[in-house]
Amino acid sequence: MIPIRIDRDQWGEITESLMRNKTRAFLTAFGIFWGIFMLLLLMGGGKGMENMLSSNFAGFASNSGFMFSQQTSKPYQGFRKGRWWSIQVPDVERVRHAVPEADVVTPTVRIWGRTAVNDAHSCNISICGQYPEYDRVDNPKLVYGRGISEVDIAQRRKVCVIGSRIHQELFTPTENPCGKTFQIDGIYYTVVGVSGKTEGGMSLGGNASTTVLMPYTTLQQAYNIGSRVDILCLTARSGYDMGQVQKKAEAVLKRAHRIHPDDKQAVNMVNAEAMFSMMDELFGGIGILVWMIGVGTLLSGVIGVSNIMVVTVKERTTEIGIRRAIGATPADIIFMVMSESVVLTLLAGMSGITMAVLLLHGVDQIYTQMNPTAEPNSFQITFSTALAAAGTLSFLGVLAGLAPAYRAMRIKPVDAMREE
Amino acid sequence: MYFCPYIDISMIKLSGIHKTYEGVQPLHVLKGIDLHIKKGEFVAIMGASGSGKSTLLNILGILDDYDEGEYLLDETPIRHLKEKKAAYYRNRMIGFIFQSFNLIAFKDAMENVALPLFYQGVSRRKRNELAMQYLEKVGLRDWAHHYPNELSGGQKQRVAIARALITQPRIILADEPTGALDSRTSVEVMELLKALHRQGMTIVVVTHESGVAYQTQKIVHIKDGLIERIEDNVDPSASPFGNGSVMK
Ligand SMILES: Nc1ncnc2c1ncn2[C@@H]1O[C@H](COP(=O)(O)OP(=O)(O)OP(=O)(O)O)[C@@H](O)[C@H]1O
Ligand SMILES: [Mg+2]
Repeated sequence: MIPIRIDRDQWGEITESLMRNKTRAFLTAFGIFWGIFMLLLLMGGGKGMENMLSSNFAGFASNSGFMFSQQTSKPYQGFRKGRWWSIQVPDVERVRHAVPEADVVTPTVRIWGRTAVNDAHSCNISICGQYPEYDRVDNPKLVYGRGISEVDIAQRRKVCVIGSRIHQELFTPTENPCGKTFQIDGIYYTVVGVSGKTEGGMSLGGNASTTVLMPYTTLQQAYNIGSRVDILCLTARSGYDMGQVQKKAEAVLKRAHRIHPDDKQAVNMVNAEAMFSMMDELFGGIGILVWMIGVGTLLSGVIGVSNIMVVTVKERTTEIGIRRAIGATPADIIFMVMSESVVLTLLAGMSGITMAVLLLHGVDQIYTQMNPTAEPNSFQITFSTALAAAGTLSFLGVLAGLAPAYRAMRIKPVDAMREE
Repeated sequence: MYFCPYIDISMIKLSGIHKTYEGVQPLHVLKGIDLHIKKGEFVAIMGASGSGKSTLLNILGILDDYDEGEYLLDETPIRHLKEKKAAYYRNRMIGFIFQSFNLIAFKDAMENVALPLFYQGVSRRKRNELAMQYLEKVGLRDWAHHYPNELSGGQKQRVAIARALITQPRIILADEPTGALDSRTSVEVMELLKALHRQGMTIVVVTHESGVAYQTQKIVHIKDGLIERIEDNVDPSASPFGNGSVMK
């Protein structure tokens, strides 16, 4: 329908017409530029923030839940309120048995405020006793060696996985410390692995980089903790809700420890699944907000282009009349105005995309420099996003061209003579 | 003395043409025009200001529509054409020359002349080549790359004539082609039109300068939207103002 006559004249005419009103074209184009720039920047920024946060949770099972004991708040079966109690190793089996919806049920215990020593080097640490299964709740992201094994548990081996900070303080940071030994409270332990978790990252019970992971049974013996469990960790089988699993586990614990069924305080629970889904919703909301702002700015840019083009068409009434008088069809005129609008929109939009990509790249460089373990391009928009943006721009260009093209189409050949 | 091979074949046939400009106060401008122009004729339309000369010429050039009557251009009925068809006829059959030249300011002489061919889809190289040939014909080859604001009035009108000719139209329509020119350049433009006529072109000129009118073969006098009389100018060279001169 619309003739495509793009040769040098056509290009010449488009650029000529835009150049004749440089300031105006620039100001209009700026609306589009700013809209796409902000949209992509916000999108990249939002994605970066999400990546940053989720890297904090890296290794953490998103369907996990944690339970720990607190003073009772109700008297029950002869026990007064305010009683201290703790989860015990046999509870693990009880929960496993009574709550088939739970996948992993594993105990941990923690010793705080110890010092790890290797010759002249020392480091403040805490120790976490655990079972191999614990990896499925909070994976240590090993950079060297292996994790705690069943054999370690069974033989109460004096082995451990150390955090990155301990590795740096006690050993040569660039070397694999596996097989080397150090001591805590006079007992020598052999390093079998190094955790890759970062300092700021979320982990259960404190800073992962200064934590020593050890077989539960080893810790049990070394520190004489009996069968105490500090935190009972759970994951839900797929299709089951952690809240539900925790409720059942809570009932099991309460029955075993003679706690009033309505006691709200005695069994403390953290539901990571609920936290994760809240975060998902938060980022979903931010995403929608970003879209609304970006699309709003873009649309106002489009309206700007459209307005300017309408004014331009008005000013070019005589010229368009002349063209019509010497044989231009309405389609020719529509094409002329449309191509101008599309070129202006695309030009402005492409520079917006370029600027946004460059800026995001800069942010990304700084971010990865500060966090060497972070994935590169966490902030960058994807290539397909950029392509989609370019496609949208062409569409918006056409949209912006509609009103002025319609006006131009209505100019009659006699209008060439009316002026002057 | 004039060689007119199509002397008896009709180029324009108007019968009962009416035109009213709608508006707050509708204005009945043409009130039944009957006119017959043969191929190869050189015709002038004269009349007082506001008598409807331009209105008539615009209808002839398919720049405007009429309300009533019949118009045959080279045996093609011209009535309520679709815009696309109208554009096609304007482009292929008609060369229009305006009093105010109507060149496009940001295009040089050659590009202005070539523009009608752009709308025919002729390649850039080809149409520029042709434009140069037509500029040569109007004696402006050396001015091909000057912009309209660097040309004199006469030169501008010659560029406009080259633009009208480049599509090899059936008819040239000129609305006061010398209206904006001084007497010397008016002569240049009229000489050019007369030369075209000698080559067999059909030409209709609207003018209120009798010096221009008497260089044509036939003068149509219009008064209040009607043809008052048609005057045959048997020997244009014997016009009361002498050959090649224009009264200003
Ligand atoms: N587009 C228009 N709308 C309304 N009225 C118009 C329009 N064009 C012309 N007229 C009116 O129609 C009448 C005839 O106009 P036209 O231009 O045909 O006159 P003309 O004979 O060419 O006059 P001139 O010698 O001054 O050029 C005039 O009264 C004019 O005001
Ligand atoms: Mg007039």
